[in-house]
Amino acid sequence: MLDTFFQALVQGTLLGGYYAIIAVGLSLMVGVVRFINLAHGDLAVLGALLTLALIQGAGLPVLAAIMVMLPLMAALGWFMHQTLFERAMRGGFLLPILVTIGLGAALQNGMFGIWGSNTRSLGADIGTLSWAGWSLPGGIIVGQLPVIIFVTAVLVIGALHLVLKKTRLGRAIRATAADPEAAEMCGVDARRAHRAAAAIAVALAALAGVFLAMRGQVTPYSGPAQLIFAFEAVVIGGIGSIWGTLIGGIILGVSQALGGLISNQASLLTGHLVFVAALIWRLGRSWAADHGGWRASVRAALAARGLRRNARRTGDLP
Amino acid sequence: MTQHPSPGTGDLHNDAPPRAVVLSADRLVKRFGSLRALDTVSFHVRDGEAVGVVGPNGAGKTTLFAALAGTFPVNEGRISFGGQAITHASAETRNALGLARTYQVPRPFLGMTVFENVLVAAQAGGGAGQAEARDLAADVLARTGLMPLANVPAAATGLLDRKRLEVARAIATRPRVILLDEIGGGLTEAELVKLIALIDSLKAAGLTIVWIEHILHALLKVVTRLVCMAEGRVLAEGDPQEVMKDPSVRRAYLGSDPE
Repeated sequence: MLDTFFQALVQGTLLGGYYAIIAVGLSLMVGVVRFINLAHGDLAVLGALLTLALIQGAGLPVLAAIMVMLPLMAALGWFMHQTLFERAMRGGFLLPILVTIGLGAALQNGMFGIWGSNTRSLGADIGTLSWAGWSLPGGIIVGQLPVIIFVTAVLVIGALHLVLKKTRLGRAIRATAADPEAAEMCGVDARRAHRAAAAIAVALAALAGVFLAMRGQVTPYSGPAQLIFAFEAVVIGGIGSIWGTLIGGIILGVSQALGGLISNQASLLTGHLVFVAALIWRLGRSWAADHGGWRASVRAALAARGLRRNARRTGDLP
Repeated sequence: MTQHPSPGTGDLHNDAPPRAVVLSADRLVKRFGSLRALDTVSFHVRDGEAVGVVGPNGAGKTTLFAALAGTFPVNEGRISFGGQAITHASAETRNALGLARTYQVPRPFLGMTVFENVLVAAQAGGGAGQAEARDLAADVLARTGLMPLANVPAAATGLLDRKRLEVARAIATRPRVILLDEIGGGLTEAELVKLIALIDSLKAAGLTIVWIEHILHALLKVVTRLVCMAEGRVLAEGDPQEVMKDPSVRRAYLGSDPE
């Protein structure tokens, strides 16, 4: 019993690595550009299918295909931001949502038109990696691929952290996130910083898509589900926090794995419930912070209810 | 009262040749709905000048700064900087040409340290390379008295230091002209003295200064020319003492009729 529990804990943590990679780009867009890209999951799938095409169509080795695909997707991210997202952002809060939903639908049906609806996988192209594992003491077995994905997640997030903290582009991105107008006043090209963030976000989504296709299968319609997982990881970990997406991804992955111990159906449900709990906790915390802390705000809320009830009983207004 | 000195003799120092106009706004109009926030405003600043801008609230002073700095486009009129038309240039292009601005309510990049705030400006606006930008940022921090706070998060600084940071960030972009928007507002008398000393040092270093301020005694210590605005128009401009004596200025700005 205990070893299945630990097994689930380890598998869930490793799964969290995948969630972190798909979430970190979304978090960057929300935190820096203040833009919610609902086509994020579909762009992940596009990255996977593009990689498959490069391997099976152009005959490239897996790693080479990924290395060709990533800059292509980054360029697509830059281009989309320049042509679509910037305009959408100028049109109020609703337009980005409509535009990216539309973009997602166009991507799904475009991919369906090109590659058909069959489930496709990169599992056959990575040899033994798709199933090989290492045995740990205590009878726990970890798959090599999940470990590679987790390590990649840590490296990617660490690299992104360094770029944001230490480089000129990173500082420009952070300054723009804090105050776009003041940043422009300091000579920062805010639009360029936003486009760079979009390029990074789309490339990371595509990388996540490749890992998704290595772990299992994708179809042109796999994107929205991945978007949900990415959002859940972002919210659990804290919006706009780069390392928070890793924590959020791990919490989501572990929740799903532990839920999976109860039944297969409970797995996703547990993840969603933990997400809702995290959301309520975060909202409650910011509400409490506005009212002088948890204790004071709860006491005030209770007092206000009591007053109203007393007033009603005695016939006073209201 | 508007003084129009004859060409070549308008400078305070009559022996010195007149300096070139560096920043020039010609008949600017900015409308917000039916409100004419700027109503055909013409405004010229010569190299090395320190110009004060005064006027009652809603006179269009900050709107003028925003129009000059490129925060939003104007509806009519032309702006030029260093002889170059910048009417349609973006804010970062204007900054690259040498125009910097501070905000009335300081807008530091929260989540970054004081040093990083200045470094961003030094890299993006100062056009400096990696090592050079660090030197520039350190130099600016020293000049503005912020060195002891270099590694403090900008969010943790007080009002005087935030005002200094506004100035530091602006001069880190190596401007020719700096627009200061009510930089003295909200400060104590002692803090104000320090800030005036800072602005005086910028002036002494040859920077051209345009300064909006309600605190007249602070402003009059620094500026050599005063522009008074009201209801989106330039009411009077010229020698500070003369402008303040002008009846229309007293009516609009001080809200009282002269005896």
